[in-house]
Amino acid sequence: MNEIAIHVQDIYKNFHKQSSFPWPRRNGGEVSRQVVAVDNVSFDVHKGEIFGVLGPNGSGKSTLVRLIATLLLPDGGSITVFDHDVVRDPMAVQRLINRVSVEASFFKKLSPMENLSYGARLYGLNNRQARIQIREILNRLGLEASSVGKPVEEMSRGMQQKVAIARALLTHPAVLLLDEPTTGLDPRSKREVQSLVCELRDQEGTTILLTTHDMVEADTLCDRIAIMDSGRVVALETPEKLRSLVPSQNGHAPTLEDVFLELTGKKLVSEEANS
Amino acid sequence: MITSATQQLRASYAFVERNAYLIRRYWSWELVWLTYSIANSLSVSYIGLGIEKMGGQNIDGRQLVLYLVVGTLVWRYLSLLFYWITDMIALERWEGTIEYTLMAPIHRLTHMLGQTTFAVTYSLLFTGIILAVTVKLFQIDLSNANLVGATLVMLSGSLSFIGVGIVGSILPLLFPERGAQMTHVIIALLLLVSGVYYPVEVLPHALQQIAVVSPATYVLEGTRSALLDGLPTIQLWAFVRPALIAGAIAIPIGLWLFGLAERYAKRTGKLHRNG
Ligand SMILES: Nc1ncnc2c1ncn2[C@@H]1O[C@H](COP(=O)(O)OP(=O)(O)O)[C@@H](O)[C@H]1O
Ligand SMILES: [Mg+2]
Repeated sequence: MNEIAIHVQDIYKNFHKQSSFPWPRRNGGEVSRQVVAVDNVSFDVHKGEIFGVLGPNGSGKSTLVRLIATLLLPDGGSITVFDHDVVRDPMAVQRLINRVSVEASFFKKLSPMENLSYGARLYGLNNRQARIQIREILNRLGLEASSVGKPVEEMSRGMQQKVAIARALLTHPAVLLLDEPTTGLDPRSKREVQSLVCELRDQEGTTILLTTHDMVEADTLCDRIAIMDSGRVVALETPEKLRSLVPSQNGHAPTLEDVFLELTGKKLVSEEANS
Repeated sequence: MITSATQQLRASYAFVERNAYLIRRYWSWELVWLTYSIANSLSVSYIGLGIEKMGGQNIDGRQLVLYLVVGTLVWRYLSLLFYWITDMIALERWEGTIEYTLMAPIHRLTHMLGQTTFAVTYSLLFTGIILAVTVKLFQIDLSNANLVGATLVMLSGSLSFIGVGIVGSILPLLFPERGAQMTHVIIALLLLVSGVYYPVEVLPHALQQIAVVSPATYVLEGTRSALLDGLPTIQLWAFVRPALIAGAIAIPIGLWLFGLAERYAKRTGKLHRNG
């Protein structure tokens, strides 16, 4: 448990928010607004660890995930995945990772099988074996066999999310980036996904970085949790240590939610517009 | 190295299969599109007979029809090729799958190879159907035509249009909302200068200069010589050569520019629509 899977060092990322068409610039008018999405963040994730990232909407979780996933280039700092630098050797990193985002992105007219077959081929998997595995994984995730051939657009959001998780599992990533994988799922689906996450780590030794808004999920699944606010990591501890950070209220032992609200409270109102 | 090369080749098939799936789902749309294209080709070709009727006796309507038929067919082929390459980026943007495709451990060359293999096959078939219908309706005599030579000229011209297509696909990559529409400009300009429906000599001098560098010019002249004059394949080299050279320049430039655009998109966060 000592090998470092993800090494994040002083990572910094800002965005310019402007109109979709960069010219002509209106003279004197509002030019572009800078948003610091990730602000000097450093941490290590160990091999086989489930590492949670919590934070209000717009606190920079997805940006962080995208930086690790080679989908964004950092403005400062560095990230390595098993010693491969995400900027200098993106392909080596890409071979080791996969990602599930909050929005299940598919060719919506195509079926789960067609979408996942495409995904498997992209990673150079043998297609016949992949097809067998696709059925297995989807079955394991509770998708009826009859849905495997139907267009994704006809499926519920929860089902789509499961297909998205299957897409990632198919490539057996050493590092799995889960960006709010259970947001919008019903309680049973949530449980299924959560137990799968544990199983992955226990049986395959997968390193998992998980962002979530579900405090109970974070508390039960994660070995360590980073709480982000406005692009910064404001706390990084085991769930137990985090809970001990705030005093007990009205005789109740503090929950992770209490800690979350305490550490990010000031921002709750002003950031709710972002997602 | 070898395994990695075969893996890349295998991965390129992902795009072929996926596009075939998409065609299967959208088959009714393909029929509509085919009907549209046939009607379009026919109405342009009838201009030949129309001019004979309206104009003097010196005009050979049949000859004019042949001239226009080849123009519409070659142009349909080249623009199909172009649009298949640009539309795929546009569609992936629209579906939100672009992040997953660009996150896969494949070279952009692999990506484009798969995409263009499909595009060439599809466009040849599509154009072949239009050719069959046109030949039947106008009772064109192809017994003297060098069909093999014409196909060779078209294939050699494909390379440069693939390059142009790759450049064109930068637009939907960088401009999510308007990028797809902007690609029409490229096709319209090439149509203007390449002598699709008239000899380039009728153009103003400045536009003729551009025609010299438009690869479509050579494809059109070569195809006309093969189909209308039955020029033997060996003599078609005069048209194939500049088309190949244009392709050898256009594809590396296209890939290079796409690489720059991809990096720019990853720096500025253009790959995803919302935070
Ligand atoms: N592509 C982008 N372009 C402009 N701003 C962005 C982009 N992606 C994220 N942001 C901004 O960066 C900040 C962090 O966003 P994000 O990482 O999505 O937060 P979270 O996932 O924690 O909700 C937000 O203010 C968001 O609006
Ligand atoms: Mg997010």
